[in-house]
Amino acid sequence: MSLHRQAVAVLALVGIAIATYLWLHAIGVVGALKCGTGGCEIVQASSYARLFGIPVAFYGVVGYVTLFGISIVGSQPAMVSRAWPTRLLLVLSGAGFLFTMYLTSLEAFVIHAWCRWCLASAAVITAIFVTSLAGSLRKS
Amino acid sequence: MKRFYGLLAVVAVAAIAFLIYTANQPAAAVSGSAGSRAPVTAQDSAFPGYVLGSDSAPVKVVEFADYECPICAMFATVQFPTIRDQLIKTGKVQWTLRDYPLPPTTHRWSHLAANAVACASEQGKAWDMIDAVFNHHDWALQSSNPTSVFRGLAQGVGVNTTTWDACVSADRYAGRIQASLDRGDALGVSGTPTFFIDGKEVARGDRSSDEFQRLADSIIAAHPKKKK
Repeated sequence: MSLHRQAVAVLALVGIAIATYLWLHAIGVVGALKCGTGGCEIVQASSYARLFGIPVAFYGVVGYVTLFGISIVGSQPAMVSRAWPTRLLLVLSGAGFLFTMYLTSLEAFVIHAWCRWCLASAAVITAIFVTSLAGSLRKS
Repeated sequence: MKRFYGLLAVVAVAAIAFLIYTANQPAAAVSGSAGSRAPVTAQDSAFPGYVLGSDSAPVKVVEFADYECPICAMFATVQFPTIRDQLIKTGKVQWTLRDYPLPPTTHRWSHLAANAVACASEQGKAWDMIDAVFNHHDWALQSSNPTSVFRGLAQGVGVNTTTWDACVSADRYAGRIQASLDRGDALGVSGTPTFFIDGKEVARGDRSSDEFQRLADSIIAAHPKKKK
């Protein structure tokens, strides 16, 4: 069964929507970047919102699209018995999870502001990682 | 597999609908005056803000800003120097900065910063202090009370700190700051920075000096009498 890969595909799709929203916000397509009562503006305006000049949210979009692609391929009947999609999902989601933990710690201890969409993305990548881990343990 | 693809389609449609909805949503209206209100006198309400530039300038821009706001600081340090040199000093634009401290739940030291500037303004150092507060914006990233940082900045721009200390500790300009906040609310300000020309909102958020150059040029071109 490839149930865990299908679950990752659904979660990754949710992640794509959240990361795309944050990315569009960061480049000014969705609303002007301004200070309101929400923490998202503070987080997005901080120096940590960009990595190598590119909004961090864009890396999220790329990451979730990659996870989505792998999980879709791995869910195909011909690939169900293969172990590599699950391993790859585990490695990539693990890296994403660690990066997200780093970003969340910045919100807590450095920026002192919470972005609820960033937290939603953190919850999604955590769920993907846990699901991939469970699928990997079941395989082995 | 059919159920799986059906579920994916539902999530995809919901995601697209969400993105389209949020893209077309105006910024959520927020009241900057949330929390306790300071009493406002007629004198407080009459204060026009911190004015920079000639009264005869054909274009008059009013900016509602929050000193703790990182976007305001970015605008003040990156874009505003060009605006000052090319539009204000040349007499095309008069710039007025008005206080719009966001609620302390988001920006804890905004009111204190506004008061620090107001107390410097009574010694004729308003814009020097505004520049200092935005140029040394590290204080906004600290959780500790920035009063001592503001005192240092005030001293740096030539403010008598004994008088300034008494003014800040008394929160002397709370009413004036509140009046400015009320004015912003009345105009529909929902975040900072927000810019007005002749009472109409023309821009908000992270804007470039080029946009203000184009705005000023278009207003002057549309109203030849306004030409200097």
